[in-house]
Amino acid sequence: MIRIDKNRCDLCGVCISVCPVDCIEMTETELSIDEIVCIDCDACVKICPFAALSTVSKE
Amino acid sequence: MRQHYDIVVVGAGPAGSTAARFAANLGASVALLERDREIGVPVRCAEGVSDSELRKYVDIDPRWIATTITDFGFFSPSGKMVQLLSQANGYILHRRLFDHSLAEIASEQGAEVFTKAYVYNLKRTNNKTTLYLKYIGREREIEADIVIAADGIESRIARFAGIKTKLAMKDIEQCAQMMLANIDVNPNRGDFYLSHNWAPGGYVWVFPKGNNIANVGLGVNGKYAGERSPLEYLESFVSEKFPTATRLTTTAGGVPVTTHLSELVTDGLMVVGDAARQVNPLTGGGISSAMAAGKKAGLVAADAIKKGDTSVKQLKRYQAEWNKTIGKDYKRFHRIKAWTLTLTDDDYEEIADALQGLSPDEVTLTKIFKAAVKNKPSLIIDVMKVFAGF
Repeated sequence: MIRIDKNRCDLCGVCISVCPVDCIEMTETELSIDEIVCIDCDACVKICPFAALSTVSKE
Repeated sequence: MRQHYDIVVVGAGPAGSTAARFAANLGASVALLERDREIGVPVRCAEGVSDSELRKYVDIDPRWIATTITDFGFFSPSGKMVQLLSQANGYILHRRLFDHSLAEIASEQGAEVFTKAYVYNLKRTNNKTTLYLKYIGREREIEADIVIAADGIESRIARFAGIKTKLAMKDIEQCAQMMLANIDVNPNRGDFYLSHNWAPGGYVWVFPKGNNIANVGLGVNGKYAGERSPLEYLESFVSEKFPTATRLTTTAGGVPVTTHLSELVTDGLMVVGDAARQVNPLTGGGISSAMAAGKKAGLVAADAIKKGDTSVKQLKRYQAEWNKTIGKDYKRFHRIKAWTLTLTDDDYEEIADALQGLSPDEVTLTKIFKAAVKNKPSLIIDVMKVFAGF
């Protein structure tokens, strides 16, 4: 699963533009990922300009 | 907020506000929805725009202008500068004031503006689109005959309508920017630093805003994503070049550097601006092209309302106009962009060497590109066509 560092996230929306399954949603104040839909492709982790996203193992 | 509008524009950046303005001016009922509490902030932009492009779409208000740019400086990896006189004046804007004004102008034409209005889904039935939104935290549904999607790089609105908007990594420049104060910069020169060490697959910009302030930022091409983040690259650049600067802002963002979406319209929906990938892929500049697209889309949308036909066939006029004007130029720019991604630091150094000793008024963009493409004859034609107009 993907962990969001909410203090680091700048709410720029770039992660949403690369998500192949459209599982990321961003309101004015918060980014959230629907883990049921997420396929752990890590595209969002790689593209984040502030390195606010990271992969954590599922167990 | 009413139950129904002829046209609902989602996103109040330059593309959305311009679309709303031109559609409202032709008599359509228009709502302009902005997700954030305030239009124009946060500023995720280097804020540069050319005078001649900007004045095609709006009367320029001097309050928007932070500084006028008359020169450009290109720095090679080793620090050699090639200075170029700007053929036409450019500006560094105060986007927070500029975007605000564009929304204000749209409202003067009759568009209703709403902030903190977040659209999270769409449904198209019987030639109408229902927009599901949260307006100041409360659920609302409104109906539109036409939706204009101007929601920026994330481009979810078009995705809801079935248009493919996903970007490939290489088609994004990941960006970080700081507004630095207490720095010594030429107040009328926009500087670019080209080096894989500073910004692989992109460049660093230093755009002055007056009073010893500048936007200092960079873009790293997404094909290098995951190595170091743009923020880390920017930290390196700033601590080397401007170690004593005050950091007034730090922001992140992304710029699409590809050709525009293959579908700019579908039944009852049009896509404009960053959401449509209508950005100059060579420079990453998108303010004036967003306004160009917004104008075309707004006019076509209002006309479709008058005719009572919001089908894709009717709305396609916008796409056709885009394709034969800026869209055509940007396709060419995109080919050049793909080639610039193959340049190494040694190539940049060679280009700078070839142009050393020339005075700024002898250096033209054409000369820069001629020096750069000497081993790639097939590109010369593209480059010439692009710069013939400069």
